[in-house]
Formats: sequence, C-alpha cells, structure tokens
Amino acid sequence: MNKKSLNISGLSNYFMYIFLVVAVFVSLFPFIWMIISSTNSSVEITKGTFRFGTELIDNWLKLNKDDGALIAFWNSAKITLITTLAAILVCSLAGYGFEKYSSKALNIVYSLFLLSMMIPFAAQMVPLFKMMNTFGLLNNHWAVILPNIAMPFLIFFFRQNFKAFPNELIEAARIDGASEFLIFFKIVMPSMKSTFAAGAIYAFLKQWNNYIWPLIILQTNQQKTLTLFISSLSSAYYVDYGPLMLSVVFSTIPVLIIFITMQKQFVEGIVGTSK
Amino acid sequence: MRISRRNYKIYGWIFISAALILYVLFTVYPFMESFRLSFLTFTDGRYKFVGLDNYRRMFSDALFINAIKNTFIFLVIQVPIMLVLALILASILNQKKLFFKTFFRTSIFVPTVTSLVAYSVLFKMMFSYDGIINKVLISLNILSGPYQWLNSGFWAKVIIIVALTWRWTGYNMIFYLSFLQNIPNETYEAAKIDGANAFQTFWKITIPQLKPVILLTTIMSTNGTLQLFDEVMNITQGGPSNATLTMSQYIYNQAFVYAPNFGYASTLSYVIVAMMVVLALIQFKVVGDD
Repeated sequence: MNKKSLNISGLSNYFMYIFLVVAVFVSLFPFIWMIISSTNSSVEITKGTFRFGTELIDNWLKLNKDDGALIAFWNSAKITLITTLAAILVCSLAGYGFEKYSSKALNIVYSLFLLSMMIPFAAQMVPLFKMMNTFGLLNNHWAVILPNIAMPFLIFFFRQNFKAFPNELIEAARIDGASEFLIFFKIVMPSMKSTFAAGAIYAFLKQWNNYIWPLIILQTNQQKTLTLFISSLSSAYYVDYGPLMLSVVFSTIPVLIIFITMQKQFVEGIVGTSK
Repeated sequence: MRISRRNYKIYGWIFISAALILYVLFTVYPFMESFRLSFLTFTDGRYKFVGLDNYRRMFSDALFINAIKNTFIFLVIQVPIMLVLALILASILNQKKLFFKTFFRTSIFVPTVTSLVAYSVLFKMMFSYDGIINKVLISLNILSGPYQWLNSGFWAKVIIIVALTWRWTGYNMIFYLSFLQNIPNETYEAAKIDGANAFQTFWKITIPQLKPVILLTTIMSTNGTLQLFDEVMNITQGGPSNATLTMSQYIYNQAFVYAPNFGYASTLSYVIVAMMVVLALIQFKVVGDD
C-alpha cells in the first residue's frame, strides 16, 4: 500500500517536471529564435536556419538607415524617462496625501481614482485627441507624456506601501519643526527606495510599451517611438526579416536589463506589493 | 507644534493636487466628453445633436457586431486557458521541494519583458508563410508544405490566442505565486497528515485561499481583452476579412482611419464601458456567492 502510493507520487512528479520543461521550452523558444534570427540574413531566416550567423552588423546598418532606429530609441527613452520621473513624483505625493492625511472627502476622491482604472482608453482617446489638437500638441512628445503621469494604479501602489511607514516618525519630525514636504522628501522618500524603484519600473514599462496613443498622436518619423518604428517596419510592403528581428531584440534589451538587475522590484512593480 | 491638528487636512489636498489636476484634465474630462460626443454627429462643419441615432446605428452595424463576437471569442477561450495554466504553474512552483525552481519561474515569467508590439511582431514572423513554425512542422512531417496560417480566419484567431497566452501566463502566475507564499506551509502539512492528495489540496486549500487574487486577475484579463488592440493590430491587422477585428480596433478605425467619425466612435467606446461594468459586477457576484 505504502509502496504503491509512493509510486504514484513518483509518477506525478515525473509528469510535473515534463510539464515544467515544456512550459519553459515554449516560453524561451521565441526568445532564442528572435536572438538567433537577429544575427542572420532574411534569406537564412526564411530557410529556417537555427544557429548564430554573421549578419548582426549588417542587420544593424540596415535597421539604422538614416539613423531611424536610434532616433526612435531616443524618442522612446526621452518620453519614458520623463514620464517615469514625473509619475513617481506625482503619484507618490498623492499616495502619501491619501494615506497620511486621510479624511472622508479624500477617501471619496481616492475611490474615484480606483474606479477610473476601469475606464477603457477607447472612451478617452477621441476627446484627448481633440484636446491635444487645441493645445497644438499633435505630433509632440508632451502629448504622450502628460496623460500618463497620474496613473491610478501607481497612486494605489504608493498608498499601500506608505501604510507601513510609522506615523510616530512623522509626528516626531513635526515636533522637531520639520515641514510636511521636508518630512516627505527627506525622511519618507529616502527610507523607501525599494518602493520607489518598483513604482518607477511600473511606470517605465507602461510608457515604454505604449502603442495606441503614440500611434494616434505621433505622425512623423522624426517623432515616432520605438514601438511605432517596429510596427511600421513589420507592416511595410517589403519586410526584411533580419533587421526586423534585431529591432525586436533592441526594444527588449532595456527591459531585460532592468529585469535582470532589479528582479525583486520588477515583480513588485507588476504585482503591486512591496514587502 | 507650529500648526494646529486641524490644519493638517489641507496638506492632504496639497499632496494630491498635482495628480488630481492631471487626472481630471486627462481622464475625467475626456471620459465625460466621450459621453457627450456619443449623442452628436459631425455634419456641415459642425456637431449636431442626434439623440440616440448613433446607438441605433450600432445595432445594425454588422462590422461592430462581428468585432464584439471576435472579442468575446478571445475572452471566453483565452482568459480561462491562461488563468488555469497560470494557477497550475504557480502551485507547482510553490512546492517546497523542487529542483531548479528559480530557473523554471524566471523562464516562464520572462515573456513579460517583451513589449506588446515586439512580441506581436515576433509571433507574426514565426507563423508567417516562410516562418519557423512551418519549417518545424514540415520537418516533423506534420505538414507536407508551408501553410498560410494568417490567411485563415480560424487559425488567425488561434494564433492571437496562443500569442496572448504566451505573453500573459507568466505575468498572472506571478500574482498567484505572491499570494501562495502567504499560505503557511503548516496548512499544507496538516492536509497531508489528514490524507489529502495533491488534487484535493489544490481544490480545498489553494483555490479558496486565492479567491481574491483570482478575482483580481480575472477582472484585469477581462478588461485587457475587451481593449485588445496592440496584438491584433500587429499580427493580423484585424484580418483576414475581419476575422480578428476587435472592438478597440474598430473604434480606432472609426475615429482615425476611415473618414473620422468621432461621435459614432465615442458611442461604440461606451459599449466597452458598459460591458466592463456588467462583467465586473458578475465576477464580483460569482466570487462573493460561494
């Protein structure tokens, strides 16, 4: 009896590992293929070659014709960095305000913020477009940055994390005569670096991956972001596979670096907890 | 103290003011203005009030009804597959004794680092006529010649579902894993002593404990699917012959691709709003009931 049940658990263990290996293979295969293909010519890729080639530099030169790839990368980097810095500042202040000065009225406003996470972008984009048109911000990076600074999820995220910050410390600082903003910037902020890093990663990913709004707003190649650049490469009449694969790798590298160097905060930024 | 207790309240408003202003300007106002626009139509150079005309038009708009149908096919098939897979993977990876745990977890999570456009392009290439999937299937003798996957309405849908599942399963798995880590190991030990097998443990302990996060991921995935845009736009562009056209893509087309029709596009966007509210209420009810 005992032996039989042992066998069953041994067998299910066996299946479990097979399942995991299949899952890992499926997850990694497109990645590996993408990296390998970025080093091969289109001819080799369509032949089904599955080994590293020597075309990486050639692919890059084709991809970066007229500095196209670098301009798109720079545009994405600029938009994403400004958004991220502004978003963590604005949202952390708001999260702190909601948590540490909570009142009935503020809680109502907070619930509205949370509810607004449900608003589909489709129900905002038309008036937003008209508004940007009125402001003269069509084809301007600020039109992509401004609507993405007050992120409701980020406000929620910061509020949740500020709950853990001891009120006694704030009180003590007040008695010492510190102003409310000084307390926030000199005491709270430096002691919650990990939370801020996780929040920054969330904002970064959101803007780096942003597609539909830049697609509507940015029209010229000089202004286009990396996602738009890749998208237009892949929908061109003649698609050059090697450079296209390299562009996909190129857009993934910054995120991959963040993931590898800050895995803990990366996951926290996605799940919305940091403990 | 310099200031009386009562005055601290004002600081709450000061701290949230920047977020509040940006949020009202760029979220609340557009959302409400969309509602107003949904009753207007643009003729002879100006907007005219047309009452419920846009809403009436919607019901006889075969393309939009088709887009709703496609979106719901993605919703009903893809979301459950992905969430169940994520749950199974999470409960396997939560086991104490497991070789290469970090490697498994990281590998399955890693698709999350790709941007939506990037992985869509990747999948479009993999499934293209001269793509790697055809090559592999031919070399395994499953296919005798290359197949035009994206020219078939059925397979185009399947590929979107496969791509979505690839990108988002690890993402959802991480949510489950972070909650599973809060279930004390003693609970599982106790179940083991009581003679519960792995399947019973999963149903009687894991699932009930994960209820809130299952609700959260279901609502998030539902919202994501109702707004599906990046993937279809970059894998199939809604084709072949609108077989993968989604609601968001159709609204985008109405507003920015066809002769711009802002009023009608706003009407359609409020259909998504209504669907989200209804589905969220249903999901809360289902979870709340048992």
